[in-house]
Amino acid sequence: MVRPFLALIGRDLRLAFRGGIGSLVSVVFFVIAVTLFPLGVGPALDLLERVAPGVLWVCALLAAMLSLDRMFHDDHDDGSLEQITLGALPLELVVLAKAIAHWLTTGLPLVLAAPVLAVLLNLSTEGFVVLIVSLLLGSPILSLIGSVGAALTVGLRRGGVLISLLVLPLCVPVLIFGVGAVEGAIYGFGERAHLLILAGGLIVALVLAPFAAAAALRLTLE
Amino acid sequence: MAAKSANTGNPPPRRARGLHALANPARFMRLARAIFPFAAVIAAGTLIAGVVLGLAVAPADYQQGDAYRIIFVHVPAASLAMIIYVVMALAGAAALIWKHPLADLIGRASAPVGAAFTFINLLTGSLWGQPMWGTWWVWDARLTSMLILFFVYLGYIALQSAFEDPTKGARAAAILALVGLVNLPIIHFSVNWWNTLHQPATIMKLDRPSIDPSMMAPLFLMLIGFLAYYVLMLTIRVRSDIIARRIRNLRLMQSAG
Repeated sequence: MVRPFLALIGRDLRLAFRGGIGSLVSVVFFVIAVTLFPLGVGPALDLLERVAPGVLWVCALLAAMLSLDRMFHDDHDDGSLEQITLGALPLELVVLAKAIAHWLTTGLPLVLAAPVLAVLLNLSTEGFVVLIVSLLLGSPILSLIGSVGAALTVGLRRGGVLISLLVLPLCVPVLIFGVGAVEGAIYGFGERAHLLILAGGLIVALVLAPFAAAAALRLTLE
Repeated sequence: MAAKSANTGNPPPRRARGLHALANPARFMRLARAIFPFAAVIAAGTLIAGVVLGLAVAPADYQQGDAYRIIFVHVPAASLAMIIYVVMALAGAAALIWKHPLADLIGRASAPVGAAFTFINLLTGSLWGQPMWGTWWVWDARLTSMLILFFVYLGYIALQSAFEDPTKGARAAAILALVGLVNLPIIHFSVNWWNTLHQPATIMKLDRPSIDPSMMAPLFLMLIGFLAYYVLMLTIRVRSDIIARRIRNLRLMQSAG
């Protein structure tokens, strides 16, 4: 059970790394989107400092959405998804492996890029560590919820637009508690509660999302 | 019984009971036709009575004047928006577990009605907010979670109509509805934590409702009226869905010769 699971993650990672610039699209989008904000709201440092946690989280959320439709779509198109579902691995674990691979190729780069962008937005120094921790806890939830949306739309021609409509409303709590943690650290009313809730949400998503996504895949692959 | 009969190939014939009886479209059509006049009369009666009591009989609020009367539409619409979502999710569960065809149809028929009630709730809230809070929209917790509920409804409708096969679309939307059922309370509480300006709940309090009986009566009547209206819409929409499918099948048979 463990070996095919790891093999599937490894395969997806290799596919992503050999895809060239395509796998970096999310991070590039994240950087550009964050760069647009000072151009839009003005370069005043105190204003940027105030909106920084929210801007960083919203842009990270949108960037994570960007590559969701690729989670199952390419494999479905060339038929390898059906091959994988015939294998020894239960579909729930297939979904989990795919979500983990998606997070490693999208979520983790976003987490790594966030501190640099935080400097550009003049985020208070108190917020840096919490920003990274909150993104580390929150972005896997996005990949997991996103896997449900990706599974539901896998056979559809214009699934990419639909995924955002399905997944973004469900991601609201992640955004709220992620930003809440960073602001709690900056303004001194504590980040612990928000981070604990994010961790709880991650556990719930880890347990429940693969079942929902697997049910959706079974339906769409019929 | 099912386990024993599975070995022999065919299960023994048994009379369909309860909900399973309604899997037969003809039987459901009969039931829907029977419910229809009752729902229509109840909806018309309670809505007229509720509007008369609410607009003419109930006294004006000592703080909000006459503007508070919008709650007679606003609050029942909010209740319906949530009730319909729960019905939709339960129908979705039934559709996924028992593959019940009626459950698919109920989900399809409910979503636009629920979305409309959510929209009415948002619209009336906005109209009430202008004189009371001095602004059309505030990012208050309840408004925001209702707005997100509206988006979830839109996602449900979009997903369900994206599939060419209506049954497949209904089942996919059912999964989404169930995911939303787990997530919506979390969204509600997170948004609540995020910001609270809205007045706290007054009707669903455990001790006694802090609302005068003369205002409570029209509110209750409107709620019953909205519920009856939903049942009415449900019977109409499900029936027309069944008829539309029949027509499509007949056309297909005709063109096949």
